[in-house]
Amino acid sequence: MLDRLFIECIFACMSTGHILLGLLTERPKHGYELKREHDDRLPGVKPIAYGQVYATLQRLERDGKVAVSGTAKEGGPERTVYEITGDGADEVHRWLAEIEPPAPYVSSALFVRVVLALIAEGTADGYLLRQRAAHLERMRELTARKNTAGISAGELLATDYALYHLDADLRWLETARQRIDELTQEIRT
Amino acid sequence: MTLLEARRIEKAFGRTRALRGVSVAIGSGEIVAITGPSGSGKSTLLHCLSGIMCPETGEVHYDGRRIDTLDEAARTRLRREAFGVVFQFGRLVPELTAAENVALPLLFGGNGREESATVARAWLERMDALDVADARPGELSGGQLQRVAVARALVTGPKVVFADEPTGALDSVAGERVLGLLLEAARVNGSTVVIVTHDNRVAAHADREIVVRDGAAAGVVV
Repeated sequence: MLDRLFIECIFACMSTGHILLGLLTERPKHGYELKREHDDRLPGVKPIAYGQVYATLQRLERDGKVAVSGTAKEGGPERTVYEITGDGADEVHRWLAEIEPPAPYVSSALFVRVVLALIAEGTADGYLLRQRAAHLERMRELTARKNTAGISAGELLATDYALYHLDADLRWLETARQRIDELTQEIRT
Repeated sequence: MTLLEARRIEKAFGRTRALRGVSVAIGSGEIVAITGPSGSGKSTLLHCLSGIMCPETGEVHYDGRRIDTLDEAARTRLRREAFGVVFQFGRLVPELTAAENVALPLLFGGNGREESATVARAWLERMDALDVADARPGELSGGQLQRVAVARALVTGPKVVFADEPTGALDSVAGERVLGLLLEAARVNGSTVVIVTHDNRVAAHADREIVVRDGAAAGVVV
């Protein structure tokens, strides 16, 4: 299965409620089905806990975004089926019309390490090479996973997402190496 | 086992020192990426390893034999028999069809016309490019051009395939396809692959990376 570490943090801020509402736009579903679809259709994203699914459904029901439409029994316990309401559909389409705000701050641990390596050790060359090796190794693992027979389109796209972000880090590391003299001078004055 | 090796090679173009004492060793069957920023000397290193050019000092060895001291004719023969090369823009002969371009190394190697044409078409089929066998390079898309170029590089079953930015002119999906076909065919052939690239996503396909900076191997990432 996909290593989830790279992507889970990116989706962490996304509301579980919006994801469940989005999945419910297709047809009414019960909690177990929503949990399974969440994990199958969003590969690479941290699996959602059953408890979180049910707690979120209760909150959405309280807010009038979903309603109980019946029960289902498929060889197991009887399960409550939920359907999206008009308010819920409006909510999910309003959310989809928004954009994710581009990150406004440079909060990268890589940047912090480069600056502190220059301050504390006078050079960041060794760190930059080691970090490059670590990033490239992870990219190799993800690339090998992409070449696995039978990989789903969803997993492929999620892996591409992780690869592109690692690639961006690597390009930044190379730029940092090229600008290291300027930065060193700035830190020392 | 080391198949290809550069020992302290240096190469200058006028007053520009492109390589400053680079040493690298590449094993049989390895897939190695040579990376580095623009102007770092990575393409020059590939050209020296492949016998396209010779270093001024240092040595290049292939399969236990020193090749930088061979004359031009002997290096050309070596390249034809043991090496295959893929360039960024294909470098196909524009007057010939795709199939004729792929057959060319076989004809130069003394193979018959009919046999060469059959083998060339089989390689185009492996590269998923049989449908453009009778088209000329000017009629092909970038991805098709590169798949034909890969077929041409691999048609003789080379021991080493050199690729200089093989996906540099392609979008990411087309580039990935070309690279996948190249590496898969090379694996089946048992060929060693040396790829020069500035693209980290291409480098991630390799077993190992050699980073070149300012004409020197700055670090080998295993």
